[in-house]
Amino acid sequence: MASRAIPLAAVPTFGPKSARRLLVFGGLALVAAGMLFGDIFAVFVLHQNARLQGEALIAATRAVAARNPTAVQDIFEHLGGTLEDRGTKVDAHVHMIDAGYLALLLALLQPFVALSTSRKKFLATLFIAGGLLLPIGIFLIHYVGVAYSPFPVIGWGSIVADSAGALLIIALLGEAWGLWNYACGRGSAAETNFPQEDSWSRRSLLSGGTVLVLLGFLHGAWYAAADLYRQEAQEATILHAMVDDAAAKNLPGAANEVMNLDNLSGEKAVNIAAHSHIIEFGVLAILLSFIQPYVFLSEDWKRRWVKLLLAGSLILPLFVLLELKFGLVAGGIADLGGLMVIIALIAMLVGVLRYSGSMDASLGDGR
Amino acid sequence: MNGPRKLLIFGGVALATVGMLYGLYYAVFVEHQTLGSMGGSLAGSFVHAAEGRLPEAHGAIDTYAAVKYNYVRQVDVHSHWIGLAMLMIVMGAAFDRVGFSERVRFWIAIAFLTGSVGFPLGVILQTVNRGSVFPSALAIAGSALVILALSAAAVGFARQSA
Repeated sequence: MASRAIPLAAVPTFGPKSARRLLVFGGLALVAAGMLFGDIFAVFVLHQNARLQGEALIAATRAVAARNPTAVQDIFEHLGGTLEDRGTKVDAHVHMIDAGYLALLLALLQPFVALSTSRKKFLATLFIAGGLLLPIGIFLIHYVGVAYSPFPVIGWGSIVADSAGALLIIALLGEAWGLWNYACGRGSAAETNFPQEDSWSRRSLLSGGTVLVLLGFLHGAWYAAADLYRQEAQEATILHAMVDDAAAKNLPGAANEVMNLDNLSGEKAVNIAAHSHIIEFGVLAILLSFIQPYVFLSEDWKRRWVKLLLAGSLILPLFVLLELKFGLVAGGIADLGGLMVIIALIAMLVGVLRYSGSMDASLGDGR
Repeated sequence: MNGPRKLLIFGGVALATVGMLYGLYYAVFVEHQTLGSMGGSLAGSFVHAAEGRLPEAHGAIDTYAAVKYNYVRQVDVHSHWIGLAMLMIVMGAAFDRVGFSERVRFWIAIAFLTGSVGFPLGVILQTVNRGSVFPSALAIAGSALVILALSAAAVGFARQSA
């Protein structure tokens, strides 16, 4: 894995104490960790959770047929916990990745943030801390509940998550203030822009990412127009029929409606997941195109990681959609696509680490 | 920083801030209550059915569907505003590589900004006035503008590379 020399012009833009370095490292780490968590969640929790929901609804229809409202209450309390378990894990995954994206974005914007170096670093630290605490707080909501909470419905997990959200907003407002200073020509001099590089890797990530985002938009528009409203109406229709069947003690009919609801939920979930994942991977590819000058790897290796990332970005959403037809086989291939993206991302993070290590060593030699 | 880049970057930062503030407000003041109401309605419908009160059971399902209709859109607005804002900032950073004249790039940026504000706004207005034509038209027009702007940017990137 041969590497190239660090351009001297890049040194002031990626120094050991720069906000940009913190944001690039923190951003890449948050995105990689969020994706890894998502892959683990998809393999070990998602399908098992869907099965538990179906079982709970079957049990509820049986309790209705047995005219046992107390049992229904108990089943729904348990179902609420199952749904919360799933929802908080999805949210933790999404928020961690999104915070990582925003950190990478802020790294891009640092040349236009006219604030002192120490303030920029403080804001970057605040942002990364918020980005780390937010998903942790969300993840804990299900496990901590409202134990020892001063509020009746908001637990400590939510309090941590909401406070972390506030940290992110404060950091973002600070960055916006720096941008405003830059636009007005006030404040200290902004740092040098990202190094310009016209490599194959950069171009491929930029154009590939834009095409991925565009595909995601087109799929989302088609889904909203063709399926969203039909599915919303269908859900209510299925629930009405389920309750009628259960009340009439028609348990096979009620079980059939539970299966219909399960299929509908699956259809909705794969469409939304395919739409959001392809767009997120597209944005990630575009963001990664900017940090290519900081990836201290040979051009051959950079190309390999770019190809792996773009292939995984296409495989995951495509096979998520195919899960409806081919079931768990397609789900497994989709997870593999996610793993390809994670591996490429970690490889690029290693490249950035090598870059900063070499830079720090050369700065040390110079002192 | 030229005009189109400025428009995309500042517009994106402003939109992300609005999206986050809205998300924070929603999470603190509305979401927990909404989730409680949604779960309560669904559980209530089955409890009513178990008690043999079918009209109330169906009423509770209708309430569940109405609350969920609003909930899905409220969450979508928050995530779409922030997502589109991020895309605007990324596009702003890369906009010098779009191989069109300054004037064309300016109009692409305008379309991006207008669509990114209008599309989720149309979605949230659907919860205020359900069934009305204007919110849906605004959401459709907004998303079409974003798709057009992104297509133009993709063509611009291709022109620059070629």
